[in-house]
Formats: sequence, structure tokens, C-alpha cells
Amino acid sequence: MESYTTYDYDVLVIGAGGAGLRAAIAAIEKGARVGVVTKSLLGKAHTVMAEGGMAAAMGNVRSEDNWKVHFRDTLKGGGMLNNWKMVENYTKEAPDRVRELEQWGAVFDRTPDGKINQRNFGGHSYPRLAHVGDRTGLELIRTLQDHAVKMGINAHMETTIYRLLTEGGAVVGALGFNRQTGEFLVFRAKAVVLATGGLGRIYQITSNSWECTGDGFSLASMVGADLIDMEFIQFHPTGMVWPPSVMGILVTEGVRGEGGVLKNSEGKRFMFDNVPERYKGEFAETEEEAERWLQGDRNARRPPELLTRDVVARAIRKEVNEGRGSPHGGAYLDIASRRPADYIKKKLPSMYHQFMKLGNLDITKEPMEVGPTCHYVMGGIRVDPDTQATNVPGLYAAGEVAGGLHGANRLGGNSLSDLVVFGRRAGMAAAEYAAKQTGSYQVDEAQVRAYIAEALQPFNNPQGENPFALMKELRATMQKNAGIMREENELKTQLEILANLKKRAWNTSVSGGRAYNPGWHTALDMRLMVEISEAVVLAALARKESRGGHARLDYPDPDPTFAKLNHIIRRSSDGTLNVVAEPLPEMPEDRRKIAEAKDLKELSDKVGA
Amino acid sequence: MSTVTFKVFRGDRNGGELKDYTVEVQEGMVVLDAIHQIQAEQAPDLACRWNCKAGKCGSCGAEVNGKPTLMCMTRLDTIDTSKPVTVRPMKTFPVIRDLATDVKWNYEANKKIKPFTPAPGTDWIMFQEDVDRVQEFRKCIECFLCQNVCHVLREHDEKTGFIGPRLLVRTASLEMHPLDVENRLDMLKNEGGIGYCNITKCCTEVCPEHIHITDNAIIPLKERVVDEYYDPVLGFFRRLFGSKKRAEPSGQAADD
Repeated sequence: MESYTTYDYDVLVIGAGGAGLRAAIAAIEKGARVGVVTKSLLGKAHTVMAEGGMAAAMGNVRSEDNWKVHFRDTLKGGGMLNNWKMVENYTKEAPDRVRELEQWGAVFDRTPDGKINQRNFGGHSYPRLAHVGDRTGLELIRTLQDHAVKMGINAHMETTIYRLLTEGGAVVGALGFNRQTGEFLVFRAKAVVLATGGLGRIYQITSNSWECTGDGFSLASMVGADLIDMEFIQFHPTGMVWPPSVMGILVTEGVRGEGGVLKNSEGKRFMFDNVPERYKGEFAETEEEAERWLQGDRNARRPPELLTRDVVARAIRKEVNEGRGSPHGGAYLDIASRRPADYIKKKLPSMYHQFMKLGNLDITKEPMEVGPTCHYVMGGIRVDPDTQATNVPGLYAAGEVAGGLHGANRLGGNSLSDLVVFGRRAGMAAAEYAAKQTGSYQVDEAQVRAYIAEALQPFNNPQGENPFALMKELRATMQKNAGIMREENELKTQLEILANLKKRAWNTSVSGGRAYNPGWHTALDMRLMVEISEAVVLAALARKESRGGHARLDYPDPDPTFAKLNHIIRRSSDGTLNVVAEPLPEMPEDRRKIAEAKDLKELSDKVGA
Repeated sequence: MSTVTFKVFRGDRNGGELKDYTVEVQEGMVVLDAIHQIQAEQAPDLACRWNCKAGKCGSCGAEVNGKPTLMCMTRLDTIDTSKPVTVRPMKTFPVIRDLATDVKWNYEANKKIKPFTPAPGTDWIMFQEDVDRVQEFRKCIECFLCQNVCHVLREHDEKTGFIGPRLLVRTASLEMHPLDVENRLDMLKNEGGIGYCNITKCCTEVCPEHIHITDNAIIPLKERVVDEYYDPVLGFFRRLFGSKKRAEPSGQAADD
């Protein structure tokens, strides 16, 4: 019989990106014994790839900035579908979380008076992103990693969780395996925090690393946790489009924050023609005004290149579809003609390096070619806005895997600070819950045995399919049928394809041994990826309107009915997924005034922000 | 489209061999793309560690035609593909399987370095010119290629009394932080083994982040150790007045 090793923790954190590490630190501070599981080595999680910065209304560059302006910007960018209480918690706490990182050793870029510098980004009314050149994610993860090591975390590196374990409806641990050896591990835990990140790998063109296979969404859904807003996928407007092998790799929004402009093949700055009704009056209307803004004129409005990501991504797609794209099917992103070469190399060093090495292009001399790439999922596991608790006892979620904060579209820079604000809250709440669980560890041996047998099945299935080919098929069809622009027939087709892929995902074959076997890992990833793909498609079918990261060709406009609804994706007892529409949580009158302020002047006049 | 032959190491701790694979090459492909193609079509159990595929995470270090490099940043059109391309794991660390090596020693050795310790009651004002050099060190993506080529680790396998270039860079990032007050010189001299480094700059040459490891991190640290432990005049005064951590000379820039 297959053997396994058992570990006991008060709090098990799954994922070691920004949210997971911050949760672990918070739980340790509460006195919990904490284990952290990560599919990669420590410090390699997808957080490391974040570039532009972390948003927090610190007011270091523009003293007018405060949480209320950030609150309004976030809700407005999110199509007002955000959970308002999460947004409030987030915008109020983000500055403290940034300062805390500095106190743990992070070294952010500085203002002339020696404070943490902040840069402009899409959808933010003021320069708000604390940053380190264009490698802010690396700074964040290394700081948290160092601090977590100082606090004494137990890290299980290169370990995959296959399933959560339950007892009497509560989560009591997880079954995983060591990727290096193939050995099975049982984690018995009083509380579990999911911090597994996103699902970009279900799409063909993505900025996400191999890890982003949506594990947490599926693991949670399988034990009965509700998901929310899964139709909202962020296609970042600027991914590399050439050469083919780097298609989708991110080009930071910081390029536009530093003054970069988007042009079509006719040399026209097309974003001036793409300002949506709700943002009219807040952006520069001429190139001359945009130029004055870049030079620091505070009376000039922001250039339309700094509109929200959903808007910019669709505008680029439109230019390409109407025949005004660049040679490789993107738009031109030009910083070369806007800033001196030295400045570009100082502020955007990894972009310079990335294009030089991978694209044979000097961004200080020539424009880049860019196009949309799947970057982020706004939806996720539904959580309590204060504790990050799911509807399943003992299960918490934080970071990209949790839903609610970003509504229909996330503002750039709002992710890194999301990780630390809600990672901390989840870690604290999980530790408090764990402290109340006085009974002994409960794990159902039969459940463990059944899952191990399931996980090993591809080794005993010589006639099964190649898991890599299967994954390729999933990603290509999701891209085609449930990508940046959607319509009913394609989504329905995709549901049929997924039903078929779901069966085939349980009929794969792998060769070789269990030690560090990517074929096996891919086979098991596929089982989770088809589940979460289905949730995305079902929610996308149900929302018959266009809003934020969900755009329907057959319903091209926002619909006031859907403006009041979140979609909950719930698994019924027979295992099928269903979409339930629920009214948004009621926003109190004083908060509504902030959220709905027409512009910054009204915001400051009416609510004193 | 052309085809290129790759000779890829297949094996584990107990040994292994180079195996030939033929890959169809497209414009712009990097070595990691070729490895992935082999994995997807010919050898699904070919082990290789990677994450970001954009030179940001430092996971995919290997030795391509004998040269230590990140596979994701090595374009095939920058190497001679008329002959077979050899891909081996980093030599300094034990092989787990194929191209994946066991790098956990780095994480263990890291624990010798005392953590960031800020001055109590600081106002957290720091100027850009004072943090520039620390930011250079903090660019490190922990690919461990510098550890891989350092001959103290690679040829002499000195992994108990020496922490290697990566961790010397990390120590430098703490020692030169304008607000840090911890003293790590004793560690550098003893279990850190900074004296083993004889400045051949192999580490600097392979650094994908172009950190001036030797000139900007190791040599200044060596000077501090020498000042602290081997300067007879300073030693005399220290015996008289007690030892303090040195003031940061660049702190003067803050007055500009």
C-alpha cells in the first residue's frame, strides 16, 4: 500500500506568493504553527513577475490623494460590481501595508524629499503606485520571503496540493505530493488559507506562469465553496506579440505611466477616440493637453492611454480588426520618442532588457508592438470582506484566488496591495479560528486513500491521452470561444468542448517515474483546469451585457439590470456547477456618495476627500 | 523553419547520459521553448524547472553548450545551431532529475545572514542616491548561476564554510542599507568565508541581472572585514573606545 508522510499545522497556507507569505506571517504573529506549501521554490511564485507597482493612497507625490479617492477609482474601474466593504478595507489599509514592507527591508524608489515614490497608472486619479523600477513584484516577494524566514516558516517547496480534505463539512487539511520525489504528503490542519493565485494558463495567450492553473478555485469549489464573478477575466492591453515564442509576456503599464503612447499603423494616437461615456471629461482631449500633463502641468488632464485596462485592450483589438494594426497584429507602444534613453533604462530596466534579449528591439529607439494577453481574474472564491472566510468552515482565501475586491475590472497596481492587505487579514482570521478548534486532528483515512489512487491512475493507463496535447487543446479553445470578446454560440460550443475535455482529463497516460515528472503534473493540473474553465464559461453565458473584463459581441453595452448583480458559481450535491444571480451587497449612503462622485471636484466638495 | 538537434542530460543523482532530440525551430525561439517542445512531443517526463519565461524568476538556469545561462533568455539565434546544442543541469548542485537540480543548500546557507534590523525610531527618510547601490543588489532573482560558477563551490565544494556570491550580495544589500544597524562582519569573516573569494569575477560574468557582484558587493565587504579585523591602528582605537558599526560614508549625500 502507498505510504505517505503526515504534517500537522494550526494553519496550512497553500501558495507562497504575496498573499500566502503575508498570511503565513500574520498567522505566526498570532502564535499559530504554520506550514506553507508552494508548487515552486520559495520566491519564484507569480508575484515575482509583477512590474509596475503597488497602489496605496499615501499621498507622497500628490497630497490630495486619500482612501476615498482610491475607493472611488477602484469602484469606478470595477464597473461598480466590487464588494464595497472589501474596497473600503483595502483602500484604508494599503498605505500601512506598504510602509510595513519598508520596515521589513523593502527599498522602494524615492521622492526628492526621501519618501516612497509613487507613479501614475491607468484608472488612478493620482500617482499612487509605490514601485521599484519595473520589478516591484520581486521586491515584494523577496521582502516577504526574508521576513517569513526570519519568523520561522515551515516551507514545503515544490509541493502540489491535489485535494482538500474535509470532515463533517469543514476543511481539515489537504493531500499533496512532493514534486521532486513524487511522495505523498498529508497535511492535517485546523484551518487552511488558499493563496494559489490565478488561472491564466487556461488561455493560450497569457502573461501567467505555468503555476497559474487555477488550482485554488477548483479545490475550493470541490469542497462546496462559492465562487463569484468568474466571468471577469482581465486581458492586459500590452503583452508582447512578437516573436511567437514570447507572445503574451507582459509589457508593464508603467510604460504608459511614464509617458508611453499607443499608436496605430497610421501613426494615430487612437485612444483619444476611445474614451467611454463614464470617463468623459476626466481625460485629456488633445495631444497638446496630454503633453502638458506629461510635463507636470497640474491643470492638464491625464492622457487617454491611462484609461482602464478593459478599455485599452478592446481599443487595441478594434484597431487590429479594422486593419490598422502593426505588422504582427498589435499596436505600437512608443516610449522612445517620449523620454530620454537614460530615463527609460532607469525607470523601465527590465522592459529594456526583455525586448533587447527576446525581441531584438531597443525600446529607447523604436516603438514596441503590443497586444492583449490574459493577465488576471477578477472573480474568485467568495469571501467575507473582513476575515476572508469562505462559506466552508476552516477555509480562507486571499489574493487573486479570492473574488470581490476588483469587481468587473481591476486597476493596475491594485493587486500587489490586495495581496498584503487581505493576506494579512486571512492569516489572522485563520489563526483565530484554529485556536478555537480544540479537538484532535481529523483526517479521513479512506478519503486520503481514494485520492491517492485517483492521482496515480495516469501511470496505470497506457492507452490514455498525452496530457500536454490535452492542455494545448483546452487553452486554444478557451482562447477562441471564451476570450476577450464573447458571444453565446461560441460559449455554448465551449461548454460542449469542456464536457468532452473533462472526461478526457481523467483518461491520460504518463510514462516514467514519479520523481519530478512534468507529464504527471500536467495530467493532474488538467483535472482542475477543466473545472475552473467551466465556471468561467457558465458565468460568461449568464451575463448578457458587456462590462469590465467581460465583453459580449451579442450584448455590446452595459445593462442596468446586470449592474446590480453578482454571479455566484455554486456546486450542487450532484457535482454540477450552477450560476446564481445575487443582488450586490447594499452600500451605505455615505459610501455611495464617494463612489458615485462625478469627478474629483465633486468628490472634494461633497465628501471632503 | 529548420531543425536543430539537442543533446539533453537525462538522469538523476546516480548518473545519466545525453540524449538526442530533434526540434523544429521557429523565429525567436529560446532554449526553454525547445525543451518544452521536447517535453510535449517526445519526452513527457523530461524534468526542467521554470516559471516566468521572461528572465524575472530565475528558475531555469542550466548549462547550454557549457555556458551557464537562463534557458528562457537564451535565443537559439545567438548560439551555433549547426552543431548539436548540449543542455546540462547546473553542475554545482546535486541533480534531482534531468535539468532540475537540488538548490536547497542556498536556502539553508541564507539563514546564516542576520535579518534586516532598522535603527530604532527612524523616520524612514532615505534618498534615492543612498539606495541606488542597495537596489542594484536587490535586483537579484536568485537564479544561483553565480553560485554555480563560483569555483569555491563548483570545484572545491566548500559549502560549509562559504556562502557564495549570491549570499554575499544579499549580505551587501543589508550591510549597505542606509537604515540597517546590524553588524554582519563576524559572519562574513567566519562561517560566511568571504576570504575564500579570490575575485575571479566568474559570478559577475554570468549574472543575468548584470549586478556588479565582485566590484560593488564583495570587494567593499572584504574591505570592511579587513578594516574591522586586520587594521592595527583602528584595532588599537577600538580596544580603547569599543567597536561600533561604521557610519555610512554615502550618508553625506542626504544633505544635498
